Parts: sequence; C-alpha cells; structure tokens
Amino acid sequence: MSAKTLYDKLWDQHLVKQRDDGSALIYIDLQLLHEVTSPQAFEGLRMAKRQPWRISGNLATPDHNVPTTSKERREGVNGIADPVSKIQVVTLDENCDEFGITEFNMMDERQGIVHVVGPEQGATLPGMTVVCGDSHTSTHGAFGALAHGIGTSEVEHVLATQCLVQKKNKNMLVRVDGELSPYVSAKDVVLAIIGVIGTAGGTGYAIEFGGTGIQSLSMEGRMTVCNMAIEAGARVGLIAVDQTTIDYVEGRPYAPNADQWDQAVNAWRDLVSDEGAHFDNVVVLKAEDIKPQVTWGTSPEMVIAIDQAIPRSEDQTDPVLKEGYARAWKYMGLEGKSVLADITLDRVFIGSCTNSRIEDLRIAAQVVEGRQVASSLKQAIVVPGSGLVKAQAEKEGLDKIFTAAGLEWREPGCSMCLAMNADKLGNGEHCASTSNRNFESRQGFGGRTHLVSPAMAAAAAIAGHFIDVNELVKH
Amino acid sequence: MRAFTQHQGIVAPLDLANVDTDMIIPKQFLKSIKRTGFGKNLFDELRYQDEGQPDQECTGRPLREEFVLNQPQFANASVLLARRNFGCGSSREHAPWALDDYGFRVVIAPSFADIFFNNCFKNGLLPIQLSEESVEQLFQEVAQETGYSLSIDLESQTVLSPSGARFSFELDAFRKHCLINGLDDIALTLQDQDSIKTYEAERQQSAPWLFASKR
Repeated sequence: MSAKTLYDKLWDQHLVKQRDDGSALIYIDLQLLHEVTSPQAFEGLRMAKRQPWRISGNLATPDHNVPTTSKERREGVNGIADPVSKIQVVTLDENCDEFGITEFNMMDERQGIVHVVGPEQGATLPGMTVVCGDSHTSTHGAFGALAHGIGTSEVEHVLATQCLVQKKNKNMLVRVDGELSPYVSAKDVVLAIIGVIGTAGGTGYAIEFGGTGIQSLSMEGRMTVCNMAIEAGARVGLIAVDQTTIDYVEGRPYAPNADQWDQAVNAWRDLVSDEGAHFDNVVVLKAEDIKPQVTWGTSPEMVIAIDQAIPRSEDQTDPVLKEGYARAWKYMGLEGKSVLADITLDRVFIGSCTNSRIEDLRIAAQVVEGRQVASSLKQAIVVPGSGLVKAQAEKEGLDKIFTAAGLEWREPGCSMCLAMNADKLGNGEHCASTSNRNFESRQGFGGRTHLVSPAMAAAAAIAGHFIDVNELVKH
Repeated sequence: MRAFTQHQGIVAPLDLANVDTDMIIPKQFLKSIKRTGFGKNLFDELRYQDEGQPDQECTGRPLREEFVLNQPQFANASVLLARRNFGCGSSREHAPWALDDYGFRVVIAPSFADIFFNNCFKNGLLPIQLSEESVEQLFQEVAQETGYSLSIDLESQTVLSPSGARFSFELDAFRKHCLINGLDDIALTLQDQDSIKTYEAERQQSAPWLFASKR
C-alpha cells in the first residue's frame, strides 16, 4: 500500500461514493451551526419539506451577534439592542427547537465561539469531518480532523444529507523546524507562514502543519495555527494526532466513553502522514527566525516582524502588488510613518476564534500584570471565547489582573473580530487585534486593524504603540 | 437553481486584487435571514461615501463617483472582471447572493478563493478563471470601448470578446453539468441515499464512538 498523507487518510475514511466525473460524496461527522449562516439553510429545508438526515450530527451556538457586556447579557436575547441581530439569534433558537438540534443558547455557560466550543466540549474529535458555515472551521484540523468552512447552501446540504459533494484538494506540507523563541507564539508562526506563502498560497490545497515548532505547541496553539490556514488560502489546515491531542480530548463531555476510549485512541494514533507520503508542495520555515509579527496593511499577507520597516509600494515590482500596497498605505494612514512603533493605537482587542482560549488569556494576563494600560488608548477589551473559558479565567484570577491593569473583561462571543455586535472600531482608528482579518472596515467602518498575538496585543496596550513584548517585560 | 448556458453582457472592470467577501458585502448586511435583497449593498463601502445600514433606502446615499459601478457606462454590467484571489476571506454565501441580486451572472479573474468559487455554483453564478495575461488583455480592451461586452458559452467553455479573441476556461464536469441543467444538489445527493446508509452502517462498526452521541 502506498504511503498516504493525513489528508489522504481522512478523505478515504469519509468517502461515501466516488463519482465518474471526479466529484465525490464525503460523509460529515459534525456540523457546527451559528446564527449568521444557518437561517437560510433551515428555511430551505422547510421549503423543500425535508428533515435533517442525522440530528445528532449537528451542534449549534450563537456567537457573531451576541453582546459582550454583562449588563446586556443578563437579559438574554432581550439584551440585544440591535433588533436585526436579535431576530437572527432568536431564529437560531427557534430553528434548533423545531428540528431538535442541541444548542448552547445565550444563557448557557457552554455558549461561545463555535470554534472554541466544539473542541472544548469534545464534540470535535480526531478523525472526524467537521464543517460549519464559517471559514475559520479550519481550526478543528488541529485535532487531525478534516475540517473546513462551507457556504449556506452547503449547510443545508449537510443538514439534509449528512454529506457534501467535494473534489479532493492537493497536499501541502508546511514544516516549522526548531524551537520558538520566548514570547513567540502560534499566532506569530502562522502570520509568518502567511507572510511567506501569501493569502492565496494555499488555494486548492489542504495544508498540513508539521515539524518540531508545531509539535511543541499546545492544542490551543495548534488551533490558532489551523484557524488561519484559510488566511493562507487553504480551506483545510491539519496537524497530526499525538499524545498532546489525546490528552486534551480525554474526559471532555462529548469524548468517547470509557468503554470505547481505547478503541478510539488506537484508531487516532494512525492519524499521521505516513513516512514518505507525497506532498505536492513543501514549505519549510526555521522556528528560530520567527519574531513577533504585526500586520501593517489590509491583507494578512501584509505582515512584518516587529523590528522590520513597513514595506513601501514604490519598492514593489509586481504591478498588482504595487497597486495593492499603495491602496493599503492610504487606507491605513501610514504616510510619514516608517516603523510599526510610529503608529498610535486607539484600541486593543484580545479575543476571537483565533486567540480567545485560556492559554491566550494567561499569556496576555502575564504581560499586563502589575502594569497599566496606556492613557492614550480609548479602549482595551478582553473577550473570552466561551462561557467555560471565562469561568476558568476567573477561577485563575485573570479577570482581576486585566481589570486592575485597565482592560475591560467581557462576556464570550466573536465581538470586535468582525463587529457584528456593538463592539467596533471608529473611522480611522488603529487597533492591535488578536483576530484573523485586517481587511478594510472588518472591525468597523474605516477601522484599521493590526493582527498580533495575545502577548503582543497586551504589550501594545501597555505601551500605547507596538513594541516587542520581550522589550516590555524586561522592565 | 437557475440554469446557466450562455450569457452576453456588459463588462465592469474592478481593477483590484484580493477582493475579499467583507468588501463584496459588509458584515452589517449579514444580519438578514433572507437570501435576497443584497444587491443594493453590493460593494457598499466602495460604492457609497457613508456607512450603510441594513434595511436602509440606498437611492439617496452619496456615491463614490470614481467607483466602477457608479459610472453610467457600467450601470447594466452583468460580467465582473477583477484581479487575482477574488472572493477571499469569509465563507459568507451572501457574497454570491449580492452579486447575483445586483445582476451579475459571470465573474472573471485570474484566481478565486476556494469557498467563494464553490458558493457561486450553488447560485447559478459562473466564476471563470483565465490566465493573468488574458485578464490583463480584457482590462485593456474594456478600457478602450464603451459598452464593451463579452459572450460566454458554458457548453464550449469559451469567452468571446468583440475583438474576436477567444479564451477557453477549465471547469470540472460535475459543476458544469449542474449549472447547465440548473440541478438541485440535494436532490442529486439523495439519489445516493442507499450509499450513505451503507457507509453509516459500516462506519458504526469501525468507529462506534462517532455514533454514540450524547447529543
């Protein structure tokens, strides 16, 4: 038998039917649902008088629209001031009730960002196929699961058939060899990767992340890396299963019971690429070369290390890149600036499906502990990824550290990552954000986003501008 | 789904790379629970000077005159021409819904993001990938002729320009078949329901924990 990549194995295990025209029917083990991309799918089911194929193959929670202040949250859906947002959240509740789908609603402590909730509950398991109407579904690939974002028509398709019509991707391996430097995190690794391969570098590929720089990461870190595979153009990001994976899953509410545990673990151990498996493309980075990263422009590939000069349009040779850089410079208001420290920050956001897990909050708290947020900042908020992350952080006293330093401690949700709720940037404001997209107006109309790690966001909150977190903690 | 066989239409040149789905339809309009009505907010921030709101009447809003869709000669465009990596970012199907609702039937670019590309086919919208050189040629041709239009034939997989230039494009057989016949994906898949049931039964034997759901 020829050597297979992890992606090949997952594909083969879920192949229901290979069709003559090159398309394939792939079985989906878990569909995660949220309020923004599901209403039209449920409506489609109703109109066609179809029932879900397998109700237990779905799990729902509202996240994009939910308010994050405790005052609003105490009132449940009635606390959502925006009537349009409220309708969407209520619609998810009603659809889940109607079809019998398990939902962690706004008043449930298990509510949170879908990509935090699935793994936290053990609903996401190694070897599964996981889909969601959200591009950051690649997150779940950290578990050796085949996971990717889909559109609403496909959400409906999965509800109705528990399958998707797919074409197999090509295989790419991104290897990070060596040991990461202090305060260089998974976020810096994935931003550096995107800086190398570009936002379309992974288009058409499933990317497996490997090497010692990846293997040494916790599950939280691995989720951060896979989360942003889509920002490199790849719908699918993957990391092989090892003991770290298995230890994380054990004992979670939806993890296999004791009587099936050994059998499951035995199967999961095989979820690695075989020795000598063929990759269509291999990219190698040295962990030691990766420094804390900050995006300067309006695409995640417009990223530099903290000590680099901001690249200029006139230095680019490719005409499309030249045009893109010029547009980004103008939008980001960079005229007269040459390094990242020249940018005056208005807000800091620590949260999102990329960086709102307990480990992210711990490192941010460690950086701000005993320090004060710069008085020049308008706001610095910390938004935990789920109710359970919030509870854990409070148990560890992290909330107290944040509030003592002058950061706001919020309720779980997507929040300022895409500003569908009330948390947003004002026109022209610069934000150090631990989220995943720095597109124009992503965090609010005219807002200017700089993507960073939690440690770098925390350091920026204290300094009021970008600074190497290693420099800050020295003093 | 609406079938797609042939189309001839005015071309709107959007000279931008990495057009993301946030740009195609900003997040505030994603709060709708319908599939229609997104056209007036297509490219909202490129098109209007102010910040758009859901359910807002758009006719009186101040326009960005320089934006391609605000120029009279492109008012009835149904073919969008853009640069590489079109449709990157969020998986929102609201992006093809908005393009379709506005009146676009075809998007031509050197490359597309995977999820957006896939979503187009669910909505009778045809994304056509041509080489960088071909796209550059089309940008040059459209700049020289008012009312420039292209003819697209899906059956023969060709784009015909008024200059007589003919460009062929690749498309996989399944997508082409569905688009030409306007087929409903779900109904097609349900024709294979016995295969799905067989798969489930076998999988339940080999990986029983996947079916021991506590949900």
